Amino acid sequence: MSMVLNDDANMLKDAARGFLGKSAPVSQLRKLRDDGSEDGFDRQTWAAMAEMGWTGVLVPEAHGGVDMGYVAAGVIAEEMGRTLTASPYLSTAVMGATALSRFGSDAQKSEWLPKLAAGEAVTAVAVDEGRKHNPARVGVTAERSGNGFRLNGRKGFVAEGHVADMLIVSARTAGGEADAEGITLFLVPRNAAGVSVERADMVDSRNSASVTLENVDVTADAVLGEVDGGLKPLEAVLDAGRAGLAAEMSGSAQQCLETTADYLKERKQFGQIIGTFQALQHRAAHLYSEVELGKSIVLKALQTLDAAPEHAAMMVCAAKAKLGQVAQLAAREAIQMHGGIGMTDEFDIGFYIKRIRVAEALYGDANYHADKFARMRKY
Amino acid sequence: MPDLDAFRAEVRDWLDANCPEEMRQPMESEADIVWGGKKFNFTEPQKLWLDRMAAKGWTVPEWPVEYGGAGLSKPEAKVLREEMQRIKARTPLQSFGIWMLGPALLKYGTHEQKLEHLPPIARGEIRWAQGYSEPNAGSDLASLMTKCEDKGDHYLVNGQKVWTSYADRADWIFVLVRTDFDAPKHLGISFILVDMDQPGVSTRPIKLISGRSPFCETFFDDARAEKHNLVGELNRGWDVAKYLLTHEREMIGGMGSGAMRPMGDIAVQQIGLDESGRLADPMLRTDIARAEIDGLAFMATMERVADEAKAGQGTGANSSMLKYYGTEFNKRRLELMMDSAGSEALEWGADDDVARNWLRTKGNSIEGGTSEVQLNIIAKRILELPSA
Repeated sequence: MSMVLNDDANMLKDAARGFLGKSAPVSQLRKLRDDGSEDGFDRQTWAAMAEMGWTGVLVPEAHGGVDMGYVAAGVIAEEMGRTLTASPYLSTAVMGATALSRFGSDAQKSEWLPKLAAGEAVTAVAVDEGRKHNPARVGVTAERSGNGFRLNGRKGFVAEGHVADMLIVSARTAGGEADAEGITLFLVPRNAAGVSVERADMVDSRNSASVTLENVDVTADAVLGEVDGGLKPLEAVLDAGRAGLAAEMSGSAQQCLETTADYLKERKQFGQIIGTFQALQHRAAHLYSEVELGKSIVLKALQTLDAAPEHAAMMVCAAKAKLGQVAQLAAREAIQMHGGIGMTDEFDIGFYIKRIRVAEALYGDANYHADKFARMRKY
Repeated sequence: MPDLDAFRAEVRDWLDANCPEEMRQPMESEADIVWGGKKFNFTEPQKLWLDRMAAKGWTVPEWPVEYGGAGLSKPEAKVLREEMQRIKARTPLQSFGIWMLGPALLKYGTHEQKLEHLPPIARGEIRWAQGYSEPNAGSDLASLMTKCEDKGDHYLVNGQKVWTSYADRADWIFVLVRTDFDAPKHLGISFILVDMDQPGVSTRPIKLISGRSPFCETFFDDARAEKHNLVGELNRGWDVAKYLLTHEREMIGGMGSGAMRPMGDIAVQQIGLDESGRLADPMLRTDIARAEIDGLAFMATMERVADEAKAGQGTGANSSMLKYYGTEFNKRRLELMMDSAGSEALEWGADDDVARNWLRTKGNSIEGGTSEVQLNIIAKRILELPSA
């Protein structure tokens, strides 16, 4: 498959860049933060995204989506990474839509997918329980009760958890805490009795929450996929999110590089434009090379998700690991080359390094994915 | 595409019938690479395979038919590569003629020059060396001083070139010479083709830290060059040189990828796994995992840059990025392979052992423009940072 975006993807990219640059630039995130926004994202912008079909980018047409695939979904995420646009796009349009369209029952699809496509419902994936990502380690329990299940336990680092209408929760239905088998996915309405959600105040000013489940009763219809066989679909949903995050980080890294290169062409010290200094030229040129590698591996991962999602795990793993490294390098180098102004809150670069740090940690950091990559490669 | 499918079927049948069994075996060492030329000792299957492929124009499939190629489109050439890979057919011929001089002649040469020089390259009859660097012109290549004088019906060349790859095994050499000593340094250089089979040209191999001698010094002492062998315009050889360097960079940058055995597999074989199924050296395991991920990203980048070039997108200066990253990566890869092989790699062994390869890679980020020169090019041509 050619590693060049086709016309549709290019049009989408241009449209996304135009819209986000005008309607949801970094200043929007800054305002949400400064105003102490309760939602943590702008609902008007979200509605406009739904209108443009972004929320349905992975939803089949039969359920009201536009079904453009992961490359298209990644193009949008990448552009959002450039502007740091805060929205439940990844948790809903990428992960929620992947979960339901690939693993949902007919009834679940009919109930949720049209709402996702229309931007009328937000989903959040509740997976982690400790400070380090580990989807197979599940302490939240789901015990059979009547013809359904009763859930107990606590999840943390749930992106968009407090604005979600529906939580996708991994819980243990069998086996010990670290067993790969015995995990089941549940669709839990946010307003179900016993669900309490507490928003966390995150460094990136974006949404994340802890979710406590106390004797939450759900029916058997709430099971997504197979009972005890939840890890495989969970990994598929996480991979969609990881690829989306990698695309987002690629956009952020590109923006950091471009902003920095522009600054190097303006700033004067010692009577010279600092971009003439070879020490800075080489830092920037090395960063450029890393950012280019990042773009390539992200596109490969997204293309593999479209062509053969069951074989995409290794490419996604490589992409998330690589972009974790590249985007953090970009943010660090951007601050260094901006000098003192890069350290000020008034300047936007700080928003990038903070968001990239969170995106890096979400659903497995570069260390996690390098280890996983080695395991997949049998060493 | 039905046309491509038909072509694929035709290629497949032909390869099945014509590729000798010996040429379907993996190469054991660098000694199995067929470089061609008058001094090359072919094995019988190598010669048979080369002649058959050359007769089809498939040693240089995308070159025009009249110059020894097959005039294949890019998609057709890709089909040929895929079908060769399918039966694990070896490349019948590789050479600087194919990689570097050929593209430069196709762009800058006259019809007569192409007719004279391209078909012998395609058939593996003439092996070419590159005469670029001089003892006092390394990274600052344009300061070269090898002198070329107009003697009426011919040119006379005097001077010394260094790092001339395999010049001791080559038949002809393409040389950057100074034809105007008064002009600004970039505007007094010409690109000329010289027959090495004459008393005025001599070569001496340079022994490297690896113990191998892939490079030579080449001396020109009143060497004769024919006037019709000046490529491009007089004093505009720098344009040809730069164009050719782009191809050289891509070639060197690409060396770190290719059909290399994965590092993880090699390390498992050498070091083994621990009880948990992980490589028994946990720190090396981490480094290898990171390097393999970077390797995947680099290969994807080579693919993307090539696809962008085909689509008329991207920037030609990306060859500097590929050269920079590819060579630095290759150095890193060989360091890890040395770590993995441990003390056994520290004994001198065969000509292609890991220690010699490790030492050889140190030159990758120097030859064809150092990493620092590539970073300068990226900074200026891609990031458009100002010059001092």
